[in-house]
Amino acid sequence: MSGQKARSEFVYFALRNKKLRVGIAIILFFLLLALIGPLLAPNDPFAYINPRGAQPPSSQYWFGTTMFGQDVFAQFAHGLRATFLVGLVGGGLGTLIGVAVGFTAGYRGGAVDEVLNVLTNVVLVIPTLAILLIIAAYLKVRGLLIECIFIGCTAWPWTARAVRAQTFSLRSREFVDLARMSGRKSWQIVFGEIAPNMMSYLLLVFILQFGGAILIAATLDFIGLGPTNAISLGLMMQYAVLWGALLLGMWWWFVPPGLAITAIVGALYVTNVGLDEVFNPRLREM
Amino acid sequence: MKRYFQRKLLIYILTFFLAVTIDWLIPRFMPGDPVQTMLSRAQLRAEAAEVMYGYYTRAFGLDVPVWQQYLNFWNALLHGDLGTSVYLFPQRVADVLRRAVPYDLFLLLPSILLSWWVGNKFGAFAARHKWLDNTVLPVGYILTATPYMWLGILLAWLFGIVLGIFPIAGAYSFAMRPHLSLVFVADVLKHWFLPFCSLFLVFVGGWAIGMRNMIIYELEADYSHYLEALGAPRRLIRAYAFRNAILPQITGLALQLGVIVAGALVTEVVFSYPGIGYLLLAAIQNQDYFLIQGCFLFIISGVLLANFAIDIAYVIVDPRTRLGMTGEST
Repeated sequence: MSGQKARSEFVYFALRNKKLRVGIAIILFFLLLALIGPLLAPNDPFAYINPRGAQPPSSQYWFGTTMFGQDVFAQFAHGLRATFLVGLVGGGLGTLIGVAVGFTAGYRGGAVDEVLNVLTNVVLVIPTLAILLIIAAYLKVRGLLIECIFIGCTAWPWTARAVRAQTFSLRSREFVDLARMSGRKSWQIVFGEIAPNMMSYLLLVFILQFGGAILIAATLDFIGLGPTNAISLGLMMQYAVLWGALLLGMWWWFVPPGLAITAIVGALYVTNVGLDEVFNPRLREM
Repeated sequence: MKRYFQRKLLIYILTFFLAVTIDWLIPRFMPGDPVQTMLSRAQLRAEAAEVMYGYYTRAFGLDVPVWQQYLNFWNALLHGDLGTSVYLFPQRVADVLRRAVPYDLFLLLPSILLSWWVGNKFGAFAARHKWLDNTVLPVGYILTATPYMWLGILLAWLFGIVLGIFPIAGAYSFAMRPHLSLVFVADVLKHWFLPFCSLFLVFVGGWAIGMRNMIIYELEADYSHYLEALGAPRRLIRAYAFRNAILPQITGLALQLGVIVAGALVTEVVFSYPGIGYLLLAAIQNQDYFLIQGCFLFIISGVLLANFAIDIAYVIVDPRTRLGMTGEST
C-alpha cells in the first residue's frame, strides 16, 4: 500500500520535473537514432562511395562525405551505437567495481578499508594512459569491448569513495545493528539492508559513470588508442583533424560527432539533476 | 596532522613506485624491439646493422640482465637521466622534455587555477538566484559535457579559419625566433589564447555547477537556518556557506587532475601546441618508447606534486585537519 503510494508520488514528481523530461527526451532521441540510423544509411561507414571526395551535406548524403568520399551519416549512425555501448558497458563496469569496493571498504572497515583506500588512491593518481599504451601495443586489433573494459577498470575510484562514505554512515544505523544481531551474513546485510537505502544514489552514480565513460572514450579515440576495427564518434574527429578538415573548412565532418557527444553527455547530466530533485525533496523547486 | 601527512606520504610513495615501475615496463614489455625498428628504418647492410645493433643495445643499456636494467633505471632516474630519444636521436629525453615543459606550465596553470576560481565564484553567486540559475546551469552542463578536442576544433575553426583572427598551430609564428621583445610576446600570447580558452571553458562549467550545488546544500544546513533565524544578513550566511562549500571543491580539484591532464593532452594535439601532450602523441606515433617513458614520468610527477600542493592547501583551509580530526579528506 505505502510502496504503491511512494511509487505514484515518484512518477508524479518525475513527470513534473522539466529537467528530467528534457534530458530523457534528448537521450531517447539519440538512442533511437543509434538504433534505426544504420538502417537508414545502408552504406558501409568505411566504404568509398562518393567518387568526387568531400562534399557538403546534400539530399543524397545527409551529412556530406569525407575527404575520401565516405558517408558521414553512416559513420555518425554507427558511431552513435559505439558511444552508447561504451557508456553502458564501460560506465556499468566502472559502477559495479566502484560499488563493490565501496561496500566492502565501508562495511568491513579496519584493515580491509585501509588497503582498499590505498588501492583507490593509487588508481586515482596513476596515469591510466600508460597502461593502455602497453595494452594497445600488444593488441594490434582492438575491439570496442576492450576499450569498454579498460575504461570500466580505471574509472571506478571516485565511485568507490562516494559509496564507501555512504555505507559508512548507514552502517551504524539501528536497523543494520538489528540485522547483524539477528545473525544475518554480511553480504545479506549489505544487499538487503544497506543497498536498498542507496538505490537512488547508485542510479545517479551510474548515470555519471555513463557520461564519463563516453567522454573518456572520445579522448582515447582521438589520440589513436581507440578501437581499430570499428567506427566511433571520437575516431571521426581524429580522422577529420588528421586529414585537415579544419584547414579545408569541412565542418560537416567534425561538427556532428562532437555535437552528439555534447548533447548526450549534457542530457545525462541534466537527467541526473532532475532525478536528484525527484529523489530528494529538499532540492525540488517550489 | 602528523598522521594525516604520514598517510598521504605513504600513498604518494607507493603510487610513485608503482607508476615508475609501470613506466619502466613500457619499452621492455612492448612487442617488437625498438632498436630493431629503428635500424630497419635506416636500411643498412647486414654486417653494418649488426654492429649498429650492438652499439644501440649498449647505448640504451639493454645488454644487462633485466633486474639490473630495473635498478639502473631507478639510478638514472634519480640522477635526472631519462635516456636517449629514439625518434629525435641523439637528443636526450630530459632535454626534449625541458623544452616542452614551459609551454605546459604556461598553458595549464592559468587555465586550471583561473577556471577553478572563476567557476567557484560564479557558481556560488548563481545559487538561489532564480534568473541566473536558469541561464548558468544549462550553459555549465553543456560546457562540462563538451569533449575537450571538440571545443578546441570548433574554436580553431571559428576563430582561426572562418574569422582568421587567431593562429591555430604552434606556440609562436614559424618565421620568428624566440627572443624577448614586445612583438614576440604578443605573438606567443596570440598563439596561447585559443588553447587556453578551450581548456578554461570546459573546466569552468564543472566548477560552477559543483559550487552551485554545494552552496544550495549548505544553505539548507542547520547552521544556515539558525543564522537566518537570528536575522543575520543574507550576505553573511552565504559567506559562511561558501567557506564550507569550498572544501569539497578543493578535494574535487585533486580528483579531477587525471581528467584535466587528459584534456590538456588532446587540446595540445588539436592546436599543435608544443607541450608534453603534443610530444607524447609524436612519441606514440613514432614508437619512441623512451620519450613516452619520459613524458609519463613528467605527468606522474606533476600529478603527484599537484596532489601534494592540494593537500597542503586543504590543511591550511580546513582547521579540523590541523587539530587532528580527520575532517572530510580521507
